[in-house]
Amino acid sequence: MTVSRKKAIELLENEAGDITRLFEKPTGQWRLALRRFRGRRSGMTGLFIVVGLILVALFAPIIAPYEPNEILIGVEDVTRRDPPCIHLLGCPEETPQHIMGLDGNVRDVFSRIVYGSRVSLTLGFFTVTLALVVGSTIGAISGYAGGWLDNILMRIMDVILGFPSLLLAIAIVAVLGPGLRNALLAIAIVTLPGYARVMRAQVLAIKENDYVTASRALGSSTRSILLKRIIPNSLTPLVVLATLGVATAILEAAGLSFLGLGAQPPAAEWGSMLARERNQVFTSPHLVFFPGIAIMLTVLGFNLMGDGMRDALDPTLNR
Amino acid sequence: MISYITRRTLLAIPVLIGIVIVVFLLVRAIPGEPCTAILGEQATEAACERFNEANGLNESLPVQLAVYIKNVFTFNLGDSISFSRPVTQMLIERLPLTTELALSALFIAVLVGVPLGIVAARRHNSIVDTATMAFANVGVSMPVFWLGLMLAYLFALVLRDTPFVLPPSGRLSPGVFPMAYYDVWGWELTQGSTWAKFNEYLGNHFILNSLITGQWEVFWDAVKHMILPAVALATIPLSIIARITRSSLLEVMGKDYIRTARAKGATEGTVVRGHALRNSMLAVVTIIGLQLGALLGGAILTETVFNLAGVGRSLFEAITARDYAVVQGFTVVIAGIYVVVNLLVDLSYAYLDPRIRLE
Repeated sequence: MTVSRKKAIELLENEAGDITRLFEKPTGQWRLALRRFRGRRSGMTGLFIVVGLILVALFAPIIAPYEPNEILIGVEDVTRRDPPCIHLLGCPEETPQHIMGLDGNVRDVFSRIVYGSRVSLTLGFFTVTLALVVGSTIGAISGYAGGWLDNILMRIMDVILGFPSLLLAIAIVAVLGPGLRNALLAIAIVTLPGYARVMRAQVLAIKENDYVTASRALGSSTRSILLKRIIPNSLTPLVVLATLGVATAILEAAGLSFLGLGAQPPAAEWGSMLARERNQVFTSPHLVFFPGIAIMLTVLGFNLMGDGMRDALDPTLNR
Repeated sequence: MISYITRRTLLAIPVLIGIVIVVFLLVRAIPGEPCTAILGEQATEAACERFNEANGLNESLPVQLAVYIKNVFTFNLGDSISFSRPVTQMLIERLPLTTELALSALFIAVLVGVPLGIVAARRHNSIVDTATMAFANVGVSMPVFWLGLMLAYLFALVLRDTPFVLPPSGRLSPGVFPMAYYDVWGWELTQGSTWAKFNEYLGNHFILNSLITGQWEVFWDAVKHMILPAVALATIPLSIIARITRSSLLEVMGKDYIRTARAKGATEGTVVRGHALRNSMLAVVTIIGLQLGALLGGAILTETVFNLAGVGRSLFEAITARDYAVVQGFTVVIAGIYVVVNLLVDLSYAYLDPRIRLE
């Protein structure tokens, strides 16, 4: 029986894939991981918080009683920085209900916090996507190519890591100009090295495997080896890093906004809401308290979910 | 070991040079002329020309870079354009505050974080463990500036008539003046000499200074002012240290030699203190070093919240004012400290774990 060369290569490739699956158990791996994840209270708590936040962001117009930038002076009988008024807790019925009070521009704080979830989630998602794509590309090239290219790329990453990250982010935003988009870029740049390093380590470990050598012997191009063999097998730790990265990104972005370098008024962004009213902390603490709680809850959700995922995907860690 | 030290130290040099160049280029890329930022209304073309001439800003970029690198390595960081004072002098005044803040925070983080981690690991899966880890998870998720403001509100306003009242801003109360140790001990220092400057720098560590000279009133006042910022800054590293201590101790407790020690009849205390703890501290030491970067970044936010004139706050103001010399000088010094600390952490790690240096 004669088989065409192409067919033979295909067979070999499939077999290489099967052998990989046997040894690295990717088939049942995700299902097993899912089961382990479900068994963890903290991971599930994180998931609930994150899903809840996504729902709040999606249905913000329904949940928020007012528009985020609606100035209520003249509309209702209220004054600047009125403290929270909740009817259920004994606030008189004739005063309009504002469960988190009003800010310095007589806007409903609760509505602004609800809309703020859209800003934070979008920012976290895009920052991490950008850092993940660019970082892991650098890492993959560095790890696969080796030699001087590896050396140069990794020294550049070392320089980025050589700065305290907030400091470098501030400097980058100073160059690009303040604003949410530039803050996003700055945070993506300072978090790049983490992804690059993890990807590089993965590539170094995987490229020595027999199935990669087999692919190379069969004449696959570098590009196809990277895309088909190495990257799919190195995703696990990157997924975990990315989830935790959302938390970091949101926290750093809030810091930048607090310094006036991130979101600009009148955007309903938690960090800048807090920064604008920070001198009023002694007279109207609610204006500082609630945005901070919102930031903390979001960051906590992603942190817990990321930890849960790490434990689930790598059972050898952290029993 | 010596070859490892040499190799690791040599590796840090290109990183340091890279940092100097990146800072130089970033500062030059900040939009807007320093001249218009500093002179404001009076920034006519002729005035700008004179200004640039005086500050060496009309040279080509490579020349400016070369001059700058030469100056950095001779500890001449130039003059602040907006304050018209040497950057080194500003560092002498402002770095000690940040150092004291960062070290106090680290002190709190280690002092509380390590025991918390140990307790959580010893009572694995108990309510104590769950509570500690919940606390640690909330701790890493807290924005430093928010915590700072909330602590200020709580301790300066809510508790103002109790013994727990703490000041919400500043470094010392009005009217409290520390006397530098060299004045207390009557040292003769030549004005302007490097030795005098070095002593001035040391003397500006108010807590240390008042402690060694026994100025207890100043000491207590400085400590009281430091508590809130240090606690705010410590929360994140504290939580991370607690988590690492716990997971690292748990991992070690599962090792064969621990079983052997138990089989020999060693008491639980001996097993934990004598065998497990020492080996689990490796990871903790690394993490403590790595937290320094986060501390320096967090210092910018903490100093802003508590109105402290440290390097973090000054750096932020200098960036907004396009004060090239200050931004360059402060960033290089901070990044330099960071690189050196990381180097020391790596070396201590290699010392503690011989496998590292053989790689």
